[in-house]
Amino acid sequence: MPVEFRADLHIHTCLSPCADLFMTPRNIIEKAATLGINIIAVCDHNSAENIAVTHDLGRKRGITVIPGMEITSSEEVHILGLFGSLDRVYDMQEQVYEHLQPGENNEDAFGMQVVVNEEDEVLAFNKRLLIGSTDLSIDRVVAFIHGFQGIAIASHIDREGFGIIGQLGFIPPETGFDALEISSKTPRDKAVETFGMYRSIPWITSSDAHQLEDIGRKTVGLHLNHATFEELSLALRGVEGRKVIF
Amino acid sequence: MELQEIINSLSLEVKTPGLDLHREVTGGYVSDLLSDVIGNANKGNIWVTLQIHLNIIAVASLKELAGIILVNSRNPDTDTLKKANAENIPVMTSTLPTFELVGRLYALGLRCR
Repeated sequence: MPVEFRADLHIHTCLSPCADLFMTPRNIIEKAATLGINIIAVCDHNSAENIAVTHDLGRKRGITVIPGMEITSSEEVHILGLFGSLDRVYDMQEQVYEHLQPGENNEDAFGMQVVVNEEDEVLAFNKRLLIGSTDLSIDRVVAFIHGFQGIAIASHIDREGFGIIGQLGFIPPETGFDALEISSKTPRDKAVETFGMYRSIPWITSSDAHQLEDIGRKTVGLHLNHATFEELSLALRGVEGRKVIF
Repeated sequence: MELQEIINSLSLEVKTPGLDLHREVTGGYVSDLLSDVIGNANKGNIWVTLQIHLNIIAVASLKELAGIILVNSRNPDTDTLKKANAENIPVMTSTLPTFELVGRLYALGLRCR
């Protein structure tokens, strides 16, 4: 019998250049625990290098951490990929790194990209241009995500910058997204009114947190048997009483 | 050509009034894809776009652009203007659509270089 879990499926860490440096895995897990969130997904821009540590810390605090990534397509559309294991997210990362716009991050312009350990100690600075785009079209990004058995979600479709509707005008029906994300800035009623034509695809809402106080500002209710990626995947398809409550 | 001359000729509205506008504009670039601007704009260019997201300032700063003109009276976010002031990137708006605005920049003698 499914029970309700609270999930925030879009959180950045200090690895994302635009995120606050206090967004360390330890701080994120503590904040999520304080708020009673059961499931989070770590989705940094075009990289997955802070997920393993967040995953380990989450396990100790009873929080499920789903490995994810926010991938920038060639059209500059943000797409969330959520994966069933660290290996799968690293498979995706390998593809993203291969297709990422060349160049080195400029910390003054874009911000630092910090890889940390469980103690918040700096292990490395990622030098790639994570703020940049891949040369993969939306269709190819979604195909890669599905190829690694992941869940593909169109990020913040209500946002003008980097949302699929803002960049392309509408969501091509054949794209094959498993879910659409409504950002924290659009109230539910307004979202239904504006984007009602896309209601055949499941909707989620999440914080897209770039700083600690953002975490949990929007969450989604998930009716699952267990707090796992597989159950989330089944809930998006409404299998046997599992469901997503937008 | 100085940025101030362009502003006067095209009646642009300056959204970052605190910044020095007496700076040399070497040419122009038009794109709404930030990755394209990172790849192809040149130092000292004026950038014409309809993107109003905060990231345009970081890109302009990285490429040392002379300024950004937003078309169709697009209103930048408060965060964008805050960052523009901090990074010393002048932001202007025009009531004209891109086609018209760029035609006038070209007529003033600016080129893509």
